[in-house]
Amino acid sequence: MPGVTHEELAISVSGLRKSYADNVAVAGVDLAVPPGEVFALLGPNGAGKTTTVEILEGFRARDAGTVSVLGVDPARADRDWRRRVGIVLQGTGEFDELKVHEVVRHFARFYPNPADPDEVIERVGLSEKANSRTHTLSGGQKRRLDVALGIVNQPEVLFLDEPTTGFDPAARREFWELIRQLSHTGTTILLTTHYLDEAEALADRVGVIARGTMIAVSTPAELGGRHLATATVSWREGGGQRTEETDRPTEVVQRLAASFGGEVPELTVTRPTLEDVYLKMIGENGQEPA
Amino acid sequence: MSATTTEKETARPAVRQASGLSLALAQGGIEFKQFVRTRESLVFTLLFPVMLMLIFGSIFGSVVITPPGEIPAVTLSQYFVTGMIASGIMATGFQNLAITIPIERDRGVLKRYRGTPMPKWVFFAGKILCVAALAFVSVVMLLAVAVAFYDLQLPDTGQKWFTFAWVSVLGLIACTLCGIAFSGVAKTGRAGPAVVTPIALILQFTSGVFFEYNDLPHWMQQFAALFPLKWMCQGLRSVFLPESFAAQEVAGSYELGRVALVLAAWCVGGLVLCLVGFRWTTKREG
Repeated sequence: MPGVTHEELAISVSGLRKSYADNVAVAGVDLAVPPGEVFALLGPNGAGKTTTVEILEGFRARDAGTVSVLGVDPARADRDWRRRVGIVLQGTGEFDELKVHEVVRHFARFYPNPADPDEVIERVGLSEKANSRTHTLSGGQKRRLDVALGIVNQPEVLFLDEPTTGFDPAARREFWELIRQLSHTGTTILLTTHYLDEAEALADRVGVIARGTMIAVSTPAELGGRHLATATVSWREGGGQRTEETDRPTEVVQRLAASFGGEVPELTVTRPTLEDVYLKMIGENGQEPA
Repeated sequence: MSATTTEKETARPAVRQASGLSLALAQGGIEFKQFVRTRESLVFTLLFPVMLMLIFGSIFGSVVITPPGEIPAVTLSQYFVTGMIASGIMATGFQNLAITIPIERDRGVLKRYRGTPMPKWVFFAGKILCVAALAFVSVVMLLAVAVAFYDLQLPDTGQKWFTFAWVSVLGLIACTLCGIAFSGVAKTGRAGPAVVTPIALILQFTSGVFFEYNDLPHWMQQFAALFPLKWMCQGLRSVFLPESFAAQEVAGSYELGRVALVLAAWCVGGLVLCLVGFRWTTKREG
């Protein structure tokens, strides 16, 4: 981050290490997230994403390294700091017999300037379930309640650990819209996800963690040199599928158009998707993609 | 309000932070709602002691346990009723919390509270308020049944009501703190009842709930005297059984001073165990 000092960063991590017994979960992670950025942390299960995020949330102690969130070391998190941070944990919280609006209202009480609980319920798309007991919610709906609890304090930094697990495609799109709105109001967001389309849709930058180390940090468009990768032009000719790898796809298409004298049958031009690049990276790092 | 104050307030948005006390009351309220809406807890914690009282009461009938001819006579049912009230208090404080807190920990509820600026003590205060309300309901139900079916006399002096109040409150605080502390023992919600129920049963058998305490073997009496339940039962006997029955106690008196001392010691010890043993997250979560 040239030009941004340590103090100005919303999240700053260097040399972070954490082991459990003889298993190294995080083996030296560096991370710098400026205020207002949406940063997505990608990586297979067991790569160290959740351990890293939970250290940043003040839930776990670290073995080594420096960590700062909003200028405070989360290991010494006080109530003031908790007021400014929103957390959506991995896994679903189960509030059993309590109703959705009761839970959100109750959590709002803990903060000095909470959002209106009804509005938060509306924003996560649970208005119709506001009066339902939480044990009657579907998995995706319970997850939305978690998101509501994470944003009810209007946090400056929001941690989202695999937030959309269990969402149907429409709910996921709605959730993306919510995250974009939060980002527009200046919320810094650190997100972990297994969905590459989610990272691509939301993140300003993505970081890939494998075996406890950050193997790449980039914008989604440029991850792994994706923007420099050759394009694949594909079309149908003489009863078969033809493809051509090229750095100059426009020229190829013009040539094809001229030779076909108009429409090229079943023409596509593709570049590697974020998922292709990601899977290649993880594969090269010797970890099974999860 | 002067213009200057208004200006200041606009410059710095008014912080409407609830006080710790109102948070604690709200926490107690939400715990209470959760409890009364959970059928299993209602049945096991509140109705089970009543059912036991009815069953044992019917079995013992009117077996007289005072020496022949002594007046007033005391029946085994009356003796048993005082033990059941103490057990009801233990059920709402100890068993209830030692079983439900591990479940809440498993379900991520505690961790979510931990991620908020809620002061830690508010969580415990909420549990204690909820338990106090439940214990009140439990004791009233047991007293009603005992008065209706087993000729239990309600205390007839202010002195006895006072003893009833402090024995119940001290006993409840001791049981509640031990329940919170003991919630750290069960590693999973599923293990809760398996580790808690035997302890409750052993204490009930050895503390003079199901059997007369002074008939028990000496070693058993000594064992039970280490724990609060025996002293709660004894304190309650002083409230509900005649003065003359004190002669049947092991020490020849109800030993109210010692009852207060042991229960207070358990309150302090329970608090220490709470601070040491309580866990917000599961082992797996670190």
